[in-house]
Amino acid sequence: MAVNDAQRRSIRAQAISIGLAISPFGLAFGALCAESGIGVWEALGFSSIVFGGSSQFAAVSVLADDGTVIAAITAGLLLNLRSLAFGVSMAPSLKGSLLWRAGVSQLMIDESTAIGTSQGTHELRRYGYLWGGLSVFVLWNATTLIGVSVLSEAESLITDLGIDATIPAAFLGLIWNKLENAKHRAVAVIGAITALILIPFTPAGIPVIAAASAIIWVRPWTIREGDNYE
Amino acid sequence: MSDAGLVVVLLGAGTYVLKALGPIYFGNRRELPSKFKTMALLLPTPLIAALVITSTFSSDNVITIDARIVGVIAAGIALWKKLPFVFVVVIAAFATALFRLIVV
Repeated sequence: MAVNDAQRRSIRAQAISIGLAISPFGLAFGALCAESGIGVWEALGFSSIVFGGSSQFAAVSVLADDGTVIAAITAGLLLNLRSLAFGVSMAPSLKGSLLWRAGVSQLMIDESTAIGTSQGTHELRRYGYLWGGLSVFVLWNATTLIGVSVLSEAESLITDLGIDATIPAAFLGLIWNKLENAKHRAVAVIGAITALILIPFTPAGIPVIAAASAIIWVRPWTIREGDNYE
Repeated sequence: MSDAGLVVVLLGAGTYVLKALGPIYFGNRRELPSKFKTMALLLPTPLIAALVITSTFSSDNVITIDARIVGVIAAGIALWKKLPFVFVVVIAAFATALFRLIVV
């Protein structure tokens, strides 16, 4: 029992540090909304209803560049396809009533799954998932609110303080660790080049969506069980 | 409803379906094919790399080189030096602001 308590304590600490680590991105997301003329309620709608960091940034960036609603949604959904894989791997540890499973599913994001799946028992996996998800949910929405409300009052601050540069910096931060893996590095470079080539010729959002085709270059149909893609 | 509001509702609904399919429908009865899993995990990388490019260079269908690039390079150096994310974001903003102050 004492062992279990210590594990729970360490899970809580991990969940709170992950929540704090994503907080600057929450501020950056709020700033992006302010910069794009998106109001407080819509910004909070993104952070609570969509609740998927990279997809929120992607959708709002596409809208900010005058992309269509369809392009914004497509880019967001492509980024969130991984939630399906997360959900299937967490499912055995999230048993309960239908209502309960429906509720906790909203927390199915990178951080909650990362903490959850690294635990040894179903009970601790569920504990890690819930703590990770709730910690990020609370801090992400709080920092989104601060970012959007402070900066929509003072839009000139966005360029004066260089806050517009935090958006690409946040994106770079999101993929940085993945770039240690050769396959991720390859698709990142191909995706970036694809986007750069398409910017002058296609409507906003299309360069991003087209970049998804980069994964064809690593020939995903040759993937075998146990290959390292993490 | 504004375009942003529409995106919140539709992207929110679609994302929720993806999140909930595992716990609600699949349970622990099935496994996803490993090819799907791998592709779903690989997919965000090129998309986010493309977003680095568009949010650095793009304004209205034109490739623009402005002070944002200074911030992105600073962020790259900060990440390479393994600084915490808080500093990465702050350094990016600071470098861009400083560049605007001095050059523009």
